[in-house]
Amino acid sequence: MPFQSTVGDYQTVATLETFGFLPPMTQDEIYDQIAYIIAQGWSPVIEHVHPSGSMQTYWSYWKLPFFGEKDLNVVVNELEACHRAYPDHHVRILGYDAYTQSQGTCFVVFEGR
Amino acid sequence: MSKKYDAGVKEYRDTYWTPDYVPLDTDLLACFKCTGQEGVPREEVAAAVAAESSTGTWSTVWSELLTDLEFYKGRCYRIEDVPGDKESFYAFIAYPLDLFEEGSITNVLTSLVGNVFGFKALRHLRLEDIRFPMAFIKTCGGPPNGIQVERDRLNKYGRPLLGCTIKPKLGLSGKNYGRVVYECLRGGLDLTKDDENINSQPFQRWRERFEFVAEAVKLAQQETGEVKGHYLNCTANTPEEMYQRAEFAKELDMPIIMHDYITGGFTANTGLANWCRKNGMLLHIHRAMHAVIDRHPKHGIHFRVLAKCLRLSGGDQLHTGTVVGKLEGDRQTTLGYIDNLRESFVPEDRSRGNFFDQDWGSMPGVFAVASGGIHVWHMPALLAIFGDDSCLQFGGGTHGHPWGSAAGAAANRVALEACVKARNAGREIEKESRDILMEAAKHSPELAIALDTWKEIKFEFDTVDKLDVQ
Repeated sequence: MPFQSTVGDYQTVATLETFGFLPPMTQDEIYDQIAYIIAQGWSPVIEHVHPSGSMQTYWSYWKLPFFGEKDLNVVVNELEACHRAYPDHHVRILGYDAYTQSQGTCFVVFEGR
Repeated sequence: MSKKYDAGVKEYRDTYWTPDYVPLDTDLLACFKCTGQEGVPREEVAAAVAAESSTGTWSTVWSELLTDLEFYKGRCYRIEDVPGDKESFYAFIAYPLDLFEEGSITNVLTSLVGNVFGFKALRHLRLEDIRFPMAFIKTCGGPPNGIQVERDRLNKYGRPLLGCTIKPKLGLSGKNYGRVVYECLRGGLDLTKDDENINSQPFQRWRERFEFVAEAVKLAQQETGEVKGHYLNCTANTPEEMYQRAEFAKELDMPIIMHDYITGGFTANTGLANWCRKNGMLLHIHRAMHAVIDRHPKHGIHFRVLAKCLRLSGGDQLHTGTVVGKLEGDRQTTLGYIDNLRESFVPEDRSRGNFFDQDWGSMPGVFAVASGGIHVWHMPALLAIFGDDSCLQFGGGTHGHPWGSAAGAAANRVALEACVKARNAGREIEKESRDILMEAAKHSPELAIALDTWKEIKFEFDTVDKLDVQ
């Protein structure tokens, strides 16, 4: 076989950091990740931004961080409420780790366009 | 009370073997594995080590009566058997804090691993561990930024950083080199790295490299929408050159530079770390020459000591071996010293090779870098071993992809994220590694090809330096 036909053309993709290279998650898969945030003892936080501002350090908070929230459903409902309020925005969830003062994780749940 | 001068040669153990001594919190403690010449009693060997690494010399000298050597001397306070080894033993030695200049790792090592290693009464000597007292740690600058700051600067959360070294390691022109950087970063890596051998050779002067790399980093960042970086190696022939390169990296608005701390030396490293702290620059640390010092099980310095020394001297990332790749290092030992890079308190745990409790206080943590002979099949094990606060670097495993570096980078990124996602969802990633990777490959032709390319490559050799256990 000639060389050219075995080599694919890799196209650069614009991604949104962690999990950006995976296909969109199913609802159950998203629940698993939120459950992980809660199980680690991190506080769930929801942020959103217009796609044009995705590289800003600070995205807008949705309400306030949900400090101490242990109920998966509450977090899921808030995520959906944020998405309904800002349908054209990226919406991401993160886990605040108060011990390291870092984010234990952070990934985009809804991509705006 | 004053003493009389009594010329001659005294046995070391009369002065330096003090089994009743209770170490102070401010003492610097060291554990040496000693192998004496035949017929020399253990106490005499251990006391000799304490003496020669602190105040002693082979003969009594008149001038020692001008000071109070009881206050300054190192003391061997404990001797222990080495499990499974009859000819060697552990000597625990306490050094008073005043023996060391504040903030100087150079000074600590000059004393502890200086002349004593050439001492004729010893066949072998190995420095296994040091307990640095908090009083000393507080005089050291440590990592210029640390794990938390580095994550915030690079905007990477919830997963290890992903990188690779640019290959071939020698011989590319600046422009061609920048091309490889660009390919890797646009493919999904967070960071690329100068090989340690790359400094400023005739085929590629440093300034040429820095400029093309900066353009590659900025372009990849623009196109992918993610934060990117490249470790610009500032290791140089003189400190002046080193600082000049660091300044230029800053001028180009690059986020991270690199130094080789053992060949470059601790003084240079501490200086560069201070520069990085002052200039908001991240610092990646390579460890060329370490295996010369740390690989022999009975002689030299264990890497856990070199790792602790680096955390004190300063660096934000340090190479630690991979456990699973082509380079030496067993799992428990590696976990023992990566704890000492990242945690604020590490308890004594002989099963991990840690001989002392080590309190790091408020000193920031260092990312553990796993690099060398690793490929996508290793990803689940690497994540399980190193956790999130690590940087996984696939050199051959990126550039060796049949479609090139960008596709290789994408394959690694997909594999990494699939493993993180599976771990978070509660799956046992090492046991289920095959399923996790094969599932992920369904959505990624780049990963499918990578899995096929490297399916047979393993590096299964016995570890030369094992933990001392029976």
